[in-house]
Amino acid sequence: MVDHAQQLADRIWQRYDRKTRLIRYGILLATLMVVVWAVRDIDIFWPWVWDAPNQISSLGARMWPPSPAGLNNIFNALLETVHIATLATFLTIFLALPVAYIAAQNTTPNRACLWLGRFILVSSRSVNTIIWALLFVAIFGPGVLAGILAIVFRSIGFIGKLMGEAIEEIDRKPVEAMEASGASKAKVIVYAIVPQVMPAFFAIVILRWDINIRESTVLGLVGAGGIGVILQGAIDTFAWPTVATILIAIIALVLVGEAITSLLRSKVL
Amino acid sequence: MLEINNLVKRYGQSEAVLKGLDLKVEGNSVVSIVGASGAGKSTMLRCINRLVEPTSGSIKLNGTELVNLKGAELRRARRKIGMVFQGFNLLDRLTVMENVLAGRLGYVNLYQAITRRYPQTDIERAFSLMERVGIAHYANKRADELSGGERQRVGVVRALMQEPEVLLADEPTASLDPRTSEQIMMLLQSLASELSLPVLINIHNVAQAKTYTERIVGLRHGKMIFDGLPADFNKEALDAIYGGIEAPDETVSEQPYSSAEVARHDSA
Repeated sequence: MVDHAQQLADRIWQRYDRKTRLIRYGILLATLMVVVWAVRDIDIFWPWVWDAPNQISSLGARMWPPSPAGLNNIFNALLETVHIATLATFLTIFLALPVAYIAAQNTTPNRACLWLGRFILVSSRSVNTIIWALLFVAIFGPGVLAGILAIVFRSIGFIGKLMGEAIEEIDRKPVEAMEASGASKAKVIVYAIVPQVMPAFFAIVILRWDINIRESTVLGLVGAGGIGVILQGAIDTFAWPTVATILIAIIALVLVGEAITSLLRSKVL
Repeated sequence: MLEINNLVKRYGQSEAVLKGLDLKVEGNSVVSIVGASGAGKSTMLRCINRLVEPTSGSIKLNGTELVNLKGAELRRARRKIGMVFQGFNLLDRLTVMENVLAGRLGYVNLYQAITRRYPQTDIERAFSLMERVGIAHYANKRADELSGGERQRVGVVRALMQEPEVLLADEPTASLDPRTSEQIMMLLQSLASELSLPVLINIHNVAQAKTYTERIVGLRHGKMIFDGLPADFNKEALDAIYGGIEAPDETVSEQPYSSAEVARHDSA
């Protein structure tokens, strides 16, 4: 009995063997080196960093108290911001769904459509909303229209990609059953595919609307409408108390949007 | 009348799954197709409604050649072929009534399908069939709220909504418990005679095949090696079909499934 215990105690177990351990240390070292390289390379002007606390307190003092003047203006701009997000999300649905349909492996009509769909999704997603906005401001001039289009073009990639994935994940069995009953392709889609992706559709659209509200608050910085326009104006004229009010208003808007979306999500899912 | 001649199905370059099958089913006979997994039962059934493309051969339903049909013609032919699935293949998020009416998709137009505005005759037919199998009171329930046996009844009614000229059942009872699967087999048997409809049933349970069907077809490695009355389906036939596979006795005993088999179907 004692011998047996001795034998047990002699056995060793290690989580990593020698080679794995070396590799792990190597990866750690490489990561640290990349971080050091990045910090040295980006050329930070350190005196400004050390001066930051003073700047913060000074800016805070200039902002306090937030100015109640122009609240009416701010409220209208907030409303415009929400309208931009809502309209853009609504428009996106009609543009993104066909793209999702051709970009999903199991519904795409052919290879060419699949690649076209993927190309649209990738190009939409790889360009930031602000860049899209700059582009559309240049084309349509400053204003709400440019902002809406910027949000639409960015959202197509988001909704299209997620809906495409939802379509790819459906259960194929009901599709087979509908085909067996002699249903045409369009009927199979409305009867077997649409009901299956409905919950995902609502979740994705609500999420994107939420994101679009945040995104449309900064569109004004490049002149594409919304609350950002008066924020930019206030910063440019050093009207710091107004800037404070606008920032508070944006936070309030985002919180309200968050509350609405979580309410909607719990209702539809 | 369903007539299959020299049906061959080969997936890619591999060995053929079906090697020249001939089968003739007339009138309202209930035919069970038995065979080990991979014998080609499911492929044969799916060749009939072309969910699987046959490589060569001929399949005729009441004189119409099915193998070369395309597009709208194929869809019109499929309307006349009802199919019941092992996994029920219902639309879980839709109501029982919507699932049942899906059997009419081949007949109504797209607008009617989207808005669910089916002709009154279809709705009448749906209710009377649902009453026949005892699920009419579930009409407005979601399909996923029903039990397995009830779900398969929805599957059967959906297939019958097509006013089919032949009914295919691909292991309709394999996902059900023994008692429920007996009920479904009884239902298929009596519906066949009520509607004078030929029924082809893929089935693993030889005891049920012998009890509820009037003809047994045995497949092995894509060839038909038995075709006869249940009374003639003896130990030798069983060995020939499942040959080399241990414990055929278990298959004919009262206990229809070994627990391992039940578990496999559950996970399927």
